Parts: sequence; C-alpha cells; structure tokens
Amino acid sequence: MNTTALPTPVATDLLPQKGPLLTRKGWSGVFVALILLGVMAPVLNLLLPAGHPLHLSDYWVGLLGKIMCYAICALAMDLIWGYTGILSLGHGLFFALGGYVMGMYLMRQIGTDGVYKSELPDFMVFLAWKELPWHWALSHSFVATLLLVVLVPGLVAFVFGYFAFRSRIKGVYFSIITQALTFAAMLLFFRNETGFGGNNGFTDFKRILGMPLATQEMRMALFVLTGLVLVGFYLWARWLVGSKFGRVLQAIRDAETRVMFCGYNPLPYKLTIWVVSAVMCGVAGALYVPQVGIINPGEMSPANSIEIAIWAAVGGRASLIGPIVGAFLVNLAKSVLTVTFPEFWLYFLGGLFIVVTLFMPQGVVGVVRSWRASGWKMPWSQRPATDTEARP
Amino acid sequence: MTPDLLEEGAQRAERLAELREQGLSGRTAGSLRAIYGRTVPRGQVDVAHGRILYLEDVSVSFDGFKAINRLSLDIAPGELRCIIGPNGAGKTTMMDIITGKTRPDEGTVFFGSTIDLLRYSEPEIAALGIGRKFQKPTVFEELSVFENLELALATHKGVWPSLQFRLVGEQQDRLLEVLETIHLKDSVRRRAGDLSHGQKQWLEIGMLLMQEPLLLLLDEPVAGMTDEETERTAQLFLTLKGKHSLMVVEHDMSFIRTISEKVTVLCDGAVLAEGTLDQVQADERVIEVYLGR
Repeated sequence: MNTTALPTPVATDLLPQKGPLLTRKGWSGVFVALILLGVMAPVLNLLLPAGHPLHLSDYWVGLLGKIMCYAICALAMDLIWGYTGILSLGHGLFFALGGYVMGMYLMRQIGTDGVYKSELPDFMVFLAWKELPWHWALSHSFVATLLLVVLVPGLVAFVFGYFAFRSRIKGVYFSIITQALTFAAMLLFFRNETGFGGNNGFTDFKRILGMPLATQEMRMALFVLTGLVLVGFYLWARWLVGSKFGRVLQAIRDAETRVMFCGYNPLPYKLTIWVVSAVMCGVAGALYVPQVGIINPGEMSPANSIEIAIWAAVGGRASLIGPIVGAFLVNLAKSVLTVTFPEFWLYFLGGLFIVVTLFMPQGVVGVVRSWRASGWKMPWSQRPATDTEARP
Repeated sequence: MTPDLLEEGAQRAERLAELREQGLSGRTAGSLRAIYGRTVPRGQVDVAHGRILYLEDVSVSFDGFKAINRLSLDIAPGELRCIIGPNGAGKTTMMDIITGKTRPDEGTVFFGSTIDLLRYSEPEIAALGIGRKFQKPTVFEELSVFENLELALATHKGVWPSLQFRLVGEQQDRLLEVLETIHLKDSVRRRAGDLSHGQKQWLEIGMLLMQEPLLLLLDEPVAGMTDEETERTAQLFLTLKGKHSLMVVEHDMSFIRTISEKVTVLCDGAVLAEGTLDQVQADERVIEVYLGR
C-alpha cells in the first residue's frame, strides 16, 4: 500500500477521536460512589451509635445491598436488550444458578451444626441420602465455588445461546424460549430427587470462609463487596460498549442483515455479549444469597426475569447508568408499597411497565437527558420548542 | 525464463505473501493478463479468464413460483452492468442468491474461476469482496455517519479484533477519502437516522466502498434522490467503473443512459435480452414485456 504523506492533522481535526473510558465528570461520579460505598456506609453503619440521626440502620444495609445485586442484573439485561436488541426473559435463571452455587458452599460451611448434626446438608439427611450427589463434589472449596459461580451460568448461556443464535431465532420467539428455559429449570429445581433442596432451597446459613455470617461487620463487608462489583461491572460494560465491538452490537440491533453484508458474522458477537450478561447475573446471584440468607427455585420463576426487564426499561435502555437507576427506583418503591399496600404491588408494576413503554421509551434517564437538553426548563414552560424531545 | 519474468514473479510472490500476512484477499479488480502456471491462493479471486462473476442455469422457486428460471449471466472485471426488467423479474432474488441470502435449487454461481459462492455464508461472501446495497437504504440509524463507515471498513471482523480496534492513520485517510466521495464530510458526527433519504443512499454506497469490494451489487441506488444527487451518483459510478465491477439494478432510464455500456433485461427469472440500451430498447420482445402488448 502506498503511503503518500497526506496531511494527517486534517484527519485528526475532522474525524471524531476515540474518547476516554469515562469523562472527567464520569470519573468523579465513580469516585463519589466509591467513597459512599467504601467509607461513608461503613462509618455511618458501624461507628455511629444506633440513636444517631445519621446512623445507617442494618435494615437499610440489607435492602441496599440486595438492590445493588438487582442493579447488576439490570446492567446485564441492558447489555443484551438495550444494546443488542435481544430481550431475554430468562435472566433470573443465571442469577439463580450463581446463587445456588454459592448457596451450596454456604450449606457445606454449616458443617455438623445443622439440626441433624451431620456432615451432609439437612435436607439430604431428611431424604435419607447417604452421600453428596456428584454435581456438588466441589462445593466444599471456596475457590472452586468462585470459579463455578462464573462458569456454570456462563456455560449454560453458551450452550443455549449457541443453538438459539445459530438457528437465527430472534425477537419475541427468543424471549419466549428464554422464558420457557427458566420455567423448566424452576420445575427441575423444585424436585427433591435432583439434589437442589426442593421448594425450600438452601437456607439457615451460618458461616462464610469459617467466619460467622450474621454479624454486622460481615453484612457490611458483603455490602461493600457488592458495591465494588457493581462499579467494576459498570466500568467493564462501559469499556465493552465504547469499543467497536459495542458499536457492532448496536448495529446488529438496528440492521442485522446489513451487519452480515459488511462481513461480520453476528453469531460470535451475540454469543459473547449473551455469555457476559449471564455471567454478570450469576455473580449478582452469588452476592445476593449470603446477604439474603436463602435461595430457592422461586428465583427462577418467570415473573422474576420479567422484573429484571422492567428495571432496565424504567431506568432507560441503551444508557448504562439508566438500568442501575431503574433497579433502585423500582425496588425502593417495591419495599415501600409491599408494606403499605401489599395487594396492589403487582398492579403497580404492570401499570408502570405500560406507562414507561408508552410515554417514556428512553426511561427515566431519557427524560432527564431531554430535560437537560432543553436547559432544565420545566416541561410545561417549553411547549413551543418540543422538537428536541419529540423524536419518534 | 528471462530475468524480467523472474523479477515479475518474485514481485508477485512478495505481494501475495504480504496480502496473506494481513489475512486479506487480493483487492484489485484484476487484469485480463493470463498468468500461466500460477497457483491462486485460497480466498483470492481468479479473474484470469476475464470474468468475475458467473451464474449458470440458476433456478429457484418459492412455493412453486419460479422466481429465477435457468438464469445464466456473467460479468467482466471492471464492467458496469445495468440490469432492468419489470417488477417480479427476479432482480432482487438474483442479488440474494449471489450474496448468499437465498440458496438456489439448482445451478452454479462462481466468483472468479475458482470460488463457488454457494459454499459460503453472507459474511464470508462479503469478506471475499462482494458488497451489496439494498433497495431500501439500510444504515445503522443510531450510529453516527463516522461510526457507520468505520464499521464497514475492510479489516478483521472477529470479536477480539473489534474489542481492540483503533482507527490508524491509513484507515483514517481511507475514511476521509470516502467521506469526500459521498459528499458527507460536513455530517461526520450526525446520527445516520437524521440524514435525508438521498444522503442515506450515499452513506450506504460509502459503506460499500469502505469494504473495498471487487464487485458491487446496487439495488436501485438512485431511488428517492433529487436530480442533482442522481447526477452526482452517475458521476461516482463512472469513476468506480474499471476499479470495481458493478451490477446496477435501476428503473430510471435516463440514469441508465448516463452510465451504461451494456444492459441486461430480465424477465420471468431469465435473461430476455442483452446489449446496449438502444439495442435493447429496440428489441421487440423487450417492448412487449414493458408495454404489455
């Protein structure tokens, strides 16, 4: 190839350059989040006395820790749905798989302190089993557990995704199949003879890494860890979508045939982001179980997976911060409403989904963005100039 | 063996080794010079026989309807071929077959003398050097003009290379060159979805050029363009001719008159007539098909 020295400054002036991972503002946001998580929360929870007005109660630590796990799921959902246009209604399965792997490790940590004083978990003794089934062989090791938390959801997603994407299953058909997948897995896990603890699942955990689980310090440690993982996954996702890989994903969402005629095979792209998304959910599940203290097949129920999609939709798809915001908003509303009006929660959730789809297709983040674009004017004072907002 | 032949052979071997290192196939439309006793590396298009695309006795039917009926057609390297024909003549189906979107029931489709296109998938065919523009302009609406062109750039298209991709100097120059050609230099940062219809058509043509294809298949490239844009597109195609081979499906006769040398008329999935536009327009059978006598 001939390289006649063209005036390159022109090129660099005219063409947009690859931006940094985050803007200065973005990095400050991450920094603030890290301070809040790593310094403020422990200080407010552990050092301030319970009566102090700024004291962060254990209830809130538990609730926020749980919601951060959900936020990881919403982020994962955004990568596959918001960016790649593939709506999965089975992400609860990957969450539960990660949770079950961690759950069995915690069961083994109980040791002989269970009701039946046996090395085997209580439910197995109850079923008169003499030894551990083969699939729990590695559950005593923490390192193996950490690996399996990533590998099990990743492998299930890889196998399922490979066949689904290779057969070019798309759109609503894909969503229905993922929904069926998680439902089938739920039925499997419900059965006693499969060795997953039946409908009670795993609970009554006592220790992690030999340390007691039910202390304030351990809860705080898990809370901080979850927060760090959330921030880490956010940065990872930002790197993924900021690369050309991320733009190919968006291109697949907008015009898959064109992507193929540009010479890209969509299969490895879809499969990669699908597996990444599943692994994120699996890790979220593994962080969730020690904080909540129970894992059962209910986590695989179709409704749970649909809820993940609702968090992403409410917060705003195709922006990474949106789903995190959405997970917080919806779950905070849930924790209030299920206490005050428990019978109305599902109606509220359904109504919310309809309202968001109809009136806020870009979610909360989209509304804030168009508000900012209009110079923070009140919605009612900017009626004449709506063309920045009214893009179909 | 004379010294200059030896020299020439050595240069050729060097060039091929270079191409193979980059993992790319040869990117020239090829010359008619027969090169005897040479081997054609895998993935390189052999146009020594003066033809870049052969379709022979191709047939395909959908639910009993013969969309393509024993169609035979060939195109020379550097040729600009116009395809016309009434609606339902099988023009788009023919392009679907060449690009791997539709599998024919029978017949052979060869790219150069050695590459059997029926054995490849759509992305593989694109990577071999066949670019296609759709009837309805298809660009990535949510991405900017720049990002659209960047995605189409001829480079490694795997997941890992895409994760690490950075546009280097030479590729930037190529991108600028294409931007200049398609007159979208002032819209680099604009969202592709916000472009006018004609501009989208051009962006799609630009994306084809970024792929550096040997053969371009263009399905109604000037549909929805203003007269001025059509004029400029004709100019563009005339400059592309020779460097690339082009197959253009169009209904706009004045456009065809500006660019054409050879016109093929398709009807009911087979070639009805072939020749210059004047010859074809004087053909009784063609008049019959078009006027429905």
